[in-house]
Amino acid sequence: MRVNFTVNGRPQEADDVWEGESLLYVLRERLGLPGSKNACEQGECGSCTVRLDGVPVCSCLVAAGQVEGREVVTVEGLADHAKQRAEGGCANGACGTSLDEAKAWQAKGTDSQTGEGTELSPIQQAFIDAGAVQCGFCTPGLLVAADEMLERTPNPTDADIREALSGNLCRCTGYEKIMDAVRLAAARQSEGV
Amino acid sequence: MPANGVPTKITQGSQTKGGIGESTLRPDGTLKVTGEFAYSSDMWHEDMLWGQILRSTVAHAEIVSIDTSQALALPGVYAVMTYDDLPTEVKNYGLEIQDTPVLAHGKVRHHGEPVAIVAADHPETARRAAAKIHVEYRELPVITDEASAVAPDALLVHEGRDDHHAGHVPHPNVVHRQPIVRGDAAAAARRADAVVTGEYTFGMQDQAFLGPESGLAVPEEDGGVHLYIATQWLHSDLRQIAPVLGLPEDKVRMTLAGVGGAFGGREDLSMQIHACLLALRTGKPVKIVYNRFESFFGHVHRHPAKLYYEHGATKDGKLTHIKCRIVLDGGAYASASPAVVGNAASLSVGPYVVDDVDIEAIALYTNNPPCGAMRGFGAVQACFAYEAQMDKLAKKLGMDPVELRRLNAMEQGTIMPTGQPVDSPAPVAELLRRVKAMPMPPERQWESSEGADVRQLPGGLSNTTHGEGVVRGVGYAVGIKNVGFSEGFDDYSTARVRMEVVAGEPVATVHTAMAEVGQGGVTVHAQIARTELGVTQVTIHPADTQVGSAGSTSASRQTYVTGGAVKNACELVREKVLEIGRRRFGSHHPAWATAELLLEGGKVVTDAGEVLADLVDVLEGEAVEIEREWRHRPTEAFDLRTGQGNGHVQYSFAAHRAVVEVDTELGLVKVIELACAQDVGKALNPLSVVGQIQGGTTQGLGVAVMEEIIVDPKTAKVRNPSFTDYLIPTILDTPTIPVDVLELADEHAPYGLRGIGEAPTLSSTPAVLAAIRAATGLELDRTPVRPEHLTGTA
Repeated sequence: MRVNFTVNGRPQEADDVWEGESLLYVLRERLGLPGSKNACEQGECGSCTVRLDGVPVCSCLVAAGQVEGREVVTVEGLADHAKQRAEGGCANGACGTSLDEAKAWQAKGTDSQTGEGTELSPIQQAFIDAGAVQCGFCTPGLLVAADEMLERTPNPTDADIREALSGNLCRCTGYEKIMDAVRLAAARQSEGV
Repeated sequence: MPANGVPTKITQGSQTKGGIGESTLRPDGTLKVTGEFAYSSDMWHEDMLWGQILRSTVAHAEIVSIDTSQALALPGVYAVMTYDDLPTEVKNYGLEIQDTPVLAHGKVRHHGEPVAIVAADHPETARRAAAKIHVEYRELPVITDEASAVAPDALLVHEGRDDHHAGHVPHPNVVHRQPIVRGDAAAAARRADAVVTGEYTFGMQDQAFLGPESGLAVPEEDGGVHLYIATQWLHSDLRQIAPVLGLPEDKVRMTLAGVGGAFGGREDLSMQIHACLLALRTGKPVKIVYNRFESFFGHVHRHPAKLYYEHGATKDGKLTHIKCRIVLDGGAYASASPAVVGNAASLSVGPYVVDDVDIEAIALYTNNPPCGAMRGFGAVQACFAYEAQMDKLAKKLGMDPVELRRLNAMEQGTIMPTGQPVDSPAPVAELLRRVKAMPMPPERQWESSEGADVRQLPGGLSNTTHGEGVVRGVGYAVGIKNVGFSEGFDDYSTARVRMEVVAGEPVATVHTAMAEVGQGGVTVHAQIARTELGVTQVTIHPADTQVGSAGSTSASRQTYVTGGAVKNACELVREKVLEIGRRRFGSHHPAWATAELLLEGGKVVTDAGEVLADLVDVLEGEAVEIEREWRHRPTEAFDLRTGQGNGHVQYSFAAHRAVVEVDTELGLVKVIELACAQDVGKALNPLSVVGQIQGGTTQGLGVAVMEEIIVDPKTAKVRNPSFTDYLIPTILDTPTIPVDVLELADEHAPYGLRGIGEAPTLSSTPAVLAAIRAATGLELDRTPVRPEHLTGTA
């Protein structure tokens, strides 16, 4: 089947989608947006969290056909990477991550001049600054969930943060630096930094 | 005791921004927060196929027949392979003992063993094809514990063993046995005024890294294959993969893809050989990605264990003796079991002074899931038991449990049960003092102006209590972990460092094969290069097999060993750069010949701070590049009868205090705080150090109160292979984790550093258990503790 929907503000069309495919699969394997992660594919870990018409959902539990005509925001859309994707050698937007792109990304991980030249959302910058990223596999889902929470609750208590992020598993950090990152993003937001 | 130790001459003495000791940020941080970092499961290639593995549905059986015809007939299927399709005589692999079949041959030995592999043009087609392979099994009785493994009529999990442990084990279903005998435990026991015994059970823990096993194998024109893979040790994988494919190692190119956590679970191969076989068979790139269900079958777990202990002490609290027997269940294949046995035995008494010991550790072959490396590696199980024993002993003696520990705490100079002297700081008593001195979280912390916040109570949003029946308990524990590969292993690493001028600026490039699995090794390598070479621009080359082995990202060893290799290579590059400088500019200034020269801020300076030249001018068009192997002090094997030997490289210590609140009616536990004090030698990156300590602490919390792979004792089948049924701590389950970092330099290690990744995983679990015991008054001799263990309904 063909699925038409909007991803990060851009209309997308995915062809030859098998009816059993999830939104996560279509994003990762057909639209070249592997940022949403496939850690459990059973709705338990939150690594694939995206916003569907504004609501955080596990994209692994959403059938691709369900998103017809709807709007999806992924971690890639938290900051402006549309330009980079357009130049990424995937003209029709209907392929996954090419190996060359993947290699280029890896090779770009060069030194610790982190963030230079890349526009990040406050929550993304806070995750880097607070040391909330280790292996990073849970990070995209946490960012989408935390960003949504800060939208709803600009000045969250610790209990609010824990409740909002309780559907996102992290195995590396013990969550302390994630708490720090969300507190930091909230503080910067309220100071207008 | 000094609060801080600083070894002399730990760096070249320069202060370059972004060097060691600073909390510089991750070089891969931006990519990871934008979703652009390419993990192994994100790889994609034009014309790529998807691989799928068919796994056994039973734990122990003869394979009567395999019929692949229906699978092959499915449109979109490119290849189906079984044991009969393996290309060479090498059909097994393994870290130490090559006992693991690439694909099952005539027999399966555990639930979920790979039997056949499929390649198809869509992952669902591959899954459906695998489901159409018909395997007929003739089931065999299952071996699931020590009694069934060594019974007189026990089937042998592996017939005809010829590995190097086969000759000294008491039974062929015992992988390895390591006794340690020192002093005379029986005689010492007669001096004891108090003796306590215990029998403890440690459940099977899963690493539960979030990035599933995955990779992409791309066939190459020269008949070789290029594998993009998430692993902990590229060269170890290579050594095991190439012979099975029948290729020389230089035709199997390996590049590290993004790794979504590891914790020991990626030491063994998973889908590496399968993807390469399918790629070479079909001539097309093949990607394999496990889902979470398969991941539970696709890697080894932490050994579950039975631990039998006897501790004795004089009435004033001095340990007289310790006897213990540790039985680790290694499951169907050896994996890292022999080394886990060595660790469990040699660290079995904990960080205490005790001269008379009688120790035995064994690992079994059973039909349970294979077990191997996981963070803490044999020391975790022992720590859970010996710390429970210390509390029991304190109770019997009427002493404070922390005081008993401090009274018996080892220190620098203490002799281990193996006879090895501890020749660097061992601040066990100090760590306990520090963790005890931390402020306590307030009582009734759930109370707010609007009444009880149920989110802060046991049961949480289930709203099971507003404080009724809730009892607080506090517990302490301390542990000892070895750092690096032990028992005589040649535990080296390799670094290639290049220095050149790029776009008018001096740039250092660091190339190693170190697997960055999230720990931040790449951050630290750049810091070391800045400190040693005085440049700000450092490029970390992607890890691959085009450079020598870095050894494993395991055993808390990478900052020590690959960090050591990077430091060493940088020092050699520095010498060469200074040589060039002397050649070019030596006649311009006498200091070139007479002064101590440093590289700082992109310049050559004297130790008095005088600038002699810009590195840009020194190097001109020249590039300096050095690749060198680097080794820490050698270790020795443990004697097979007495366990004596200088087996370990370095020791690492952490202590925890757990504060828990237990709803005693429902058996629900909320850990309120898990404070940790750890000696790290030298914190190369303090932010990352604290992150490691908090992460390790949380994995210890998980196995204290929630995490356990349940294996049916009748069928040896896994009952809970999912995140629905195997629970790891969420942000609601995890308390605040205040950390007190102590830096006492180990003069034998680069910069005085100490490997830190594992120690916090040891003492976290027994501290939580001790706190629950304190709250409930129950004995609790197993971990994890579940509600039924606290309510008497188990």
